[in-house]
Amino acid sequence: MRNVNVLGLVFPNQHDACLGGLTTHRSLGSVPFGARYRLIDFVLSNMVNAGISKVGLATKSNYQSLMDHLGTGKPWDLDRKNGGLYFHPMHMSDAAYSGRIAPLSEMRLFLSRSQEDYVLMTDCDTVGNFDYAALIDRHIESGVDVTVAYRVGKPPRRQDNLLLTVDNDRLCDLCIGGDEADSAAYGIGLYVIRRDLLLRLVEEAYSRNYGNFERDILQQRQQELTLGGYELTEYAATVYSLASYFEANMALLDPAVRRQVFLPDRRIYTKVRDCAPAQYGLHSTVSDSLVGDGAVIEGSVTRSIVFRDAVVGPGVTLTDCIIMQGSEIRADAKLGYVICDKNVQVCDAASLQGVAHYPVYVKKDMKI
Amino acid sequence: MYRKQECVAMLLAGGQGSRLYALTRNIAKPAVPYGGKYRIIDFPLSNCTNSGIDTVGVLTQYQPLELNDYIGAGEPWDLDRTGAGVHVLPPYQRNAGADWYKGTANAIYQNINFIERYSPEYVLVLSGDHIYKMDYSKMIAEHKKNNADCTIAVIEVEMSEASRFGILNTNPDGSIYEFDEKPAVPKSNLASMGIYVFTWEKMRKYLTADEADPNSSNDFGKNVLPTMLAAGERMFAYRFEGYWKDVGTIDSLWESNMDLLDPHVPLDLDDPAWRIYARSVGSPPHWVGPRAHVQNSMISEGGVIEGDIDFSVLFSDVTVEEGASVRDSILMPGSVVKKGARVQYSILAENAVVEEGATVGARPEDMEDKNDWGVAVVAAGITVGAGAAVPAKAMQESDVPAKEVSGNA
Repeated sequence: MRNVNVLGLVFPNQHDACLGGLTTHRSLGSVPFGARYRLIDFVLSNMVNAGISKVGLATKSNYQSLMDHLGTGKPWDLDRKNGGLYFHPMHMSDAAYSGRIAPLSEMRLFLSRSQEDYVLMTDCDTVGNFDYAALIDRHIESGVDVTVAYRVGKPPRRQDNLLLTVDNDRLCDLCIGGDEADSAAYGIGLYVIRRDLLLRLVEEAYSRNYGNFERDILQQRQQELTLGGYELTEYAATVYSLASYFEANMALLDPAVRRQVFLPDRRIYTKVRDCAPAQYGLHSTVSDSLVGDGAVIEGSVTRSIVFRDAVVGPGVTLTDCIIMQGSEIRADAKLGYVICDKNVQVCDAASLQGVAHYPVYVKKDMKI
Repeated sequence: MYRKQECVAMLLAGGQGSRLYALTRNIAKPAVPYGGKYRIIDFPLSNCTNSGIDTVGVLTQYQPLELNDYIGAGEPWDLDRTGAGVHVLPPYQRNAGADWYKGTANAIYQNINFIERYSPEYVLVLSGDHIYKMDYSKMIAEHKKNNADCTIAVIEVEMSEASRFGILNTNPDGSIYEFDEKPAVPKSNLASMGIYVFTWEKMRKYLTADEADPNSSNDFGKNVLPTMLAAGERMFAYRFEGYWKDVGTIDSLWESNMDLLDPHVPLDLDDPAWRIYARSVGSPPHWVGPRAHVQNSMISEGGVIEGDIDFSVLFSDVTVEEGASVRDSILMPGSVVKKGARVQYSILAENAVVEEGATVGARPEDMEDKNDWGVAVVAAGITVGAGAAVPAKAMQESDVPAKEVSGNA
């Protein structure tokens, strides 16, 4: 049965700034991840797996790669006659966009014309396979005005974390702060709210020139709104810096993590590329690595993520690397803790070495 | 409405493929997996779309369920087209009764209505049991240039092998003067590839006449083509150069998969200019574990590889556990090789399981009598129990019970 009563809203440009070169030409949502995915695949798959069939995308800038990736939405089964994907490109400052109220206000026509009673909105920076259906059920059963999904643990290294005090699934206090605490309940930009209430709150806030959903709506009106908390206990990794992006990718090498992310009954969908299976050459040695289709491996690869159509030449030594789609590492090159963006060429016998908390990033289309 | 098409392709996909034995127990031959992520039918369908042919009728008869599902609306091959596209054509009941497809020619005859709605000039007849990349538009252009009534694609084979094929004897201008089916003493080495272009008007005439002949077995090779030649129609051979392989037997299917691992074999599945499309299963990337050894192999998505892999083709969602060894073999989707098991010169069909310590197949050099050697096949969903052995050349279609381990293991 389709869960037709919830509208999905995605903010693919939220937190764009934290990844530096990876997001110079693309939104955070279209950042490549895990040898064949983009970050938005997790969000869209979670929505579709919960029965959501209509999704609005609040895009701000650099969304060409996102539109190219999503196309008609077919791989996520979102090429629907009723529903499907709705792009809302909008022109506004980074600050206005990240506050959410301005983009939500831009989408008010879309929101008011939709029929769904509830809205589930989310950013793309948290990777995981989440049971949105359970979150939605809890929201509806509890009768609260807004459900804020949160995680418990070390908060991301950011100054604008939404830190929560939760008692019995109710939020008693919200504050916006840094990552000083070793363990805290922090929001991940994932909310469920009644559509008509969201429209009213956004309209009121916008008319008073308020811009920040967390600060100016949730925090300011916490006395009059009933706010619920919902802890996500599944495996999750939040991407808030190049190092955390690297770490989140490498976490997929752990079979226990993969078992929690790639569930047979809640699959993660992505765009299909029609490449041949990966090819391993005569002297390839591959160990503890994820390899996408179309990759050609002739060298040695250890603890690495090799995307679709990447080429690892003979004599190459790759250790702790992320090699994105279409990149080519030529003969005898030696790379450690390196992230090669798409279509990078590393010449014969080059040597590049980063460290775990500071991987070397090689930008898209670079020739070394 | 249907758009007029210059050429409609008709793909004969109804054959049982009985020489693939266990592999076609529940699926039609064109649906048999090939090359790590494809099925045989992906080749003619991709060739069609790459050649600019938008309209394809797929004639199905034997075990069509999986094939129908696989073709679906045709979107993987970009054949989900308005007023054209791919159509599955099973035999059907009509006022005057119902018939199975009696032969290749009869299968086309029964679908004259389908062809006519596109008012084509030419009809391309394809089969679903060959692996090759071919630009059909060039063949059609040559058919037009020759003002031919029928053009048959041919490939040069070794003269010593020619007696295994249907051989065409031609004049210097390429026109055909004789068909020689599996000749003891071949006059030429041009083997028919089972790919025909017909001028539709002529084809319809001969199909109708053939249908009216009670003695005909309604087959292109046996009846329609010889009749056309005898009547003096313009028939030409079209020479194809490149990789072409009939994968209608266990040995040839195995060899053709192994060809993909040979860099000298001219069959590139990853050529952006001539993609072979397939319906994707959408599994995660495959993972090669810390103690795995993988060489000279193809591995597809969803795989979990912790054992030793050499000269093998692994399809999607295959599991090879630590200490297991897979050599010179084909592991079809979902198959599992558990700890310490050994699979050599074998084909494991979909979801077959080889339990711990079991062995499947053998190397030819380990055989006492080379005549006993052949590729071993474990059929879809079959389990080979722990410690059990499936010998070379076996066609394992039932579960093999576990073997008690004697002594202290």
